[in-house]
Amino acid sequence: MADKTAVAQIDLTKVKPYGDTLNDGMTEVAFTLPVPYGDEASEAAKILAKKMGLDEPNVVYSKAMTPEYTFFVVYGKCQHMVDYTTIKVAKVEIDVMDRLECAEYIKDNIKRPVVIVGASTGTDAHTVGIDAIMNMKGFHGHFGLERFEGIEAYNLGSQVPNEELIAKAKKLNADAILVSQTVTQKDIHIENLTNMVELLEAEGMRDKVILVCGGPRISHELAQELGYDAGFGQHKYAEDVASFVLTEIVKRNMI
Amino acid sequence: MASKLNLDPKKVDHARSSARKIAESMQEFIDRHTTVSTERTILRLLGVDGIDEVETPLPNVVIDQILDAGGLPRGVAYWMGNAMIHTGKEPQEIAEMMSRGELNITELPLASAKEAEDKIMPKVMEALKVIRAQTEKRNNYLATIGEGKRPYLYVIVATGNIYEDVVQAQAAARQGADIIAVIRTTAQSLLDYVPFGPTTEGFGGTYATQENFKIMRKALDEVGEEVGRYIRLCNYSSGMCMPEIAAMGAIERLDVMLNDALYGILFRDINMQRTLVDQYFSRVIIGYCDIIFNSGEDNYLTTDDAYENAHTVLASQLINEQFAVLANVKEEQMGLGHAFEMDPDIENGFLYELSQAVMAREIFPKAPLKYMPPTKYMTGNIFKGNVQDALFNMIAIWSGQSLQLLGMLTEAIHTPHMHDRYLAIENAQYIFNNMRDLGSEVYFKEGGIIQTRAQETLEKADELLAEIVGEGLFSTIEQGKFGGVKRPRDGGKGLAGVCVKDDEYFNPFIPLMLGGAE
Repeated sequence: MADKTAVAQIDLTKVKPYGDTLNDGMTEVAFTLPVPYGDEASEAAKILAKKMGLDEPNVVYSKAMTPEYTFFVVYGKCQHMVDYTTIKVAKVEIDVMDRLECAEYIKDNIKRPVVIVGASTGTDAHTVGIDAIMNMKGFHGHFGLERFEGIEAYNLGSQVPNEELIAKAKKLNADAILVSQTVTQKDIHIENLTNMVELLEAEGMRDKVILVCGGPRISHELAQELGYDAGFGQHKYAEDVASFVLTEIVKRNMI
Repeated sequence: MASKLNLDPKKVDHARSSARKIAESMQEFIDRHTTVSTERTILRLLGVDGIDEVETPLPNVVIDQILDAGGLPRGVAYWMGNAMIHTGKEPQEIAEMMSRGELNITELPLASAKEAEDKIMPKVMEALKVIRAQTEKRNNYLATIGEGKRPYLYVIVATGNIYEDVVQAQAAARQGADIIAVIRTTAQSLLDYVPFGPTTEGFGGTYATQENFKIMRKALDEVGEEVGRYIRLCNYSSGMCMPEIAAMGAIERLDVMLNDALYGILFRDINMQRTLVDQYFSRVIIGYCDIIFNSGEDNYLTTDDAYENAHTVLASQLINEQFAVLANVKEEQMGLGHAFEMDPDIENGFLYELSQAVMAREIFPKAPLKYMPPTKYMTGNIFKGNVQDALFNMIAIWSGQSLQLLGMLTEAIHTPHMHDRYLAIENAQYIFNNMRDLGSEVYFKEGGIIQTRAQETLEKADELLAEIVGEGLFSTIEQGKFGGVKRPRDGGKGLAGVCVKDDEYFNPFIPLMLGGAE
């Protein structure tokens, strides 16, 4: 009897979802299928859940959204397992500071306003990325750089030629330049980002500024490959960019 | 009705009269100026539409040529009337000739302003007739198929593809939505032109074009007839093309339009001179055709603290109300905005939110207040999100809000999926039905938390408005008193499109629309 009531040992090489019993695999999913509500719809949801790897799928709720669409809530037992012990995640090696910590950091370590200039460059008309990082309102509840005390943020908007961005950075004696690229069709962003680095080098400015790029298809790896100091992709906010720029200023002794 | 919040009516009157002074002093500035977008709006109302071979809209082609020739201070109505006299052609044909380089509109012989105005007046009356017919059609729908109960359930679609938006919008209407807002593609507000034709690619939304308005209007009329409820259509008369989009909305029978110069200044960095002049003409159009405008005070609370700076919302609502009064917008069309955005960790936060919402209702008794859902403190925990939205819905029904932008449990994750919208509608319908008459049953404790909070907020708003009267609206914005955002008078986008009118300038639509012309 004692064996049956004992709590099973967790094996981190074989992890699966937990409901109320170790390794029960209990998982809930909710989705809509483009099929009319009815028994056939529920059956379709079950079959799909099995294909997702859920054993014994149970459609606990279904509802017509509109004549051709049905919504489902499904429970099932996940068959799959993960080896947690072998996971490695590559991360940008900085301590991210929040907005107020950034302000403190500037006060304590830099002791002057930090100037950051940014734009969506080339033919790219999208401001969503640069606005998310720079504008007061920020993104997803993360305030933009305009809101950071001690940072003077200049968002030049979209379709800014690289030359103009560099000229502005020079005029303002900017510490950092942010380049946003949203449109990536035919790798136009690669061409444009590369051109920016070349122009900065020609101006003899490359070493004098921290150069950062960002966008939904930009990775830190790609950015470094192209000659940028850092790259920020999805789910990165003003505080990530600010923390990088500020620590870099101190690291490079640009105070 | 006695104030449940025990607000001092004298204080409300004082705050309102300060707001009146602020709006009037701005109106003096507005009346002296015109803008490229205001002039393009006149062209659109005169029926100028289409694009040239490089896809520049013809209204832009015409105004850019006039601007380059230094003719903007005279106004396009004059130049068009004058060109009609000398060419015998219609405005559309004249615009097409200009786009082909066949006509230099500012180098024709000059008729008098009176002659030009007389010439153009039949086209003006034709435009007003089209708009009136749409207003009558709306009234007819409301009288025959009716509408949903207030608060109207207001949801957004944002697929980027107008045809996909139609599928989502019709589904939402069948689920119970009363208002469908088609979210615009990112950055359209900063385009100094309105794109043309139906569009299927947008980023986080769908382009506002006249053709897209027409497609969605037709779809909502169809589904409205099917479900037996008039379904209102909402879009954005904001950004660089404020009045142009108001004109398109009037022509295509939009019912609700976001329209707030302060929002554009603070959150889109549009030049304040430009957008205040644009706002005036757009509100004149909106007022004329019974569109409900929505102001954007809710956004202040996403950048500023909703608890600390609640009074800035009330102050801005009062200013927006007075701007609207000057544009002859009826109180019943004033969809003044506010939001449920306090930190959910605040003790008694619900009481403060309730206080604010009831206060807005009492101070603007007839206005169709627009109440916005929690966004700032939505986390991606969809289960808690649904509870936050439930509290928001309780306040709405309790305080008698009018246009309820439904909170989505997936806020902060993605633009709504079909079932996100269904869950939001189910949440609101449950609460609105279950708590329908709570507001008329419950009074608040005298001197209690709710009353005291509202009185303090009113007091602070009154003080802020008095301060703005002294300093002027421009410099108040320069100092960052709204939303914590500072904008310079000569900064931002679009200042180059502003000019002082000359003595011969006329805009034939403004006096006629203000007078409610048939």
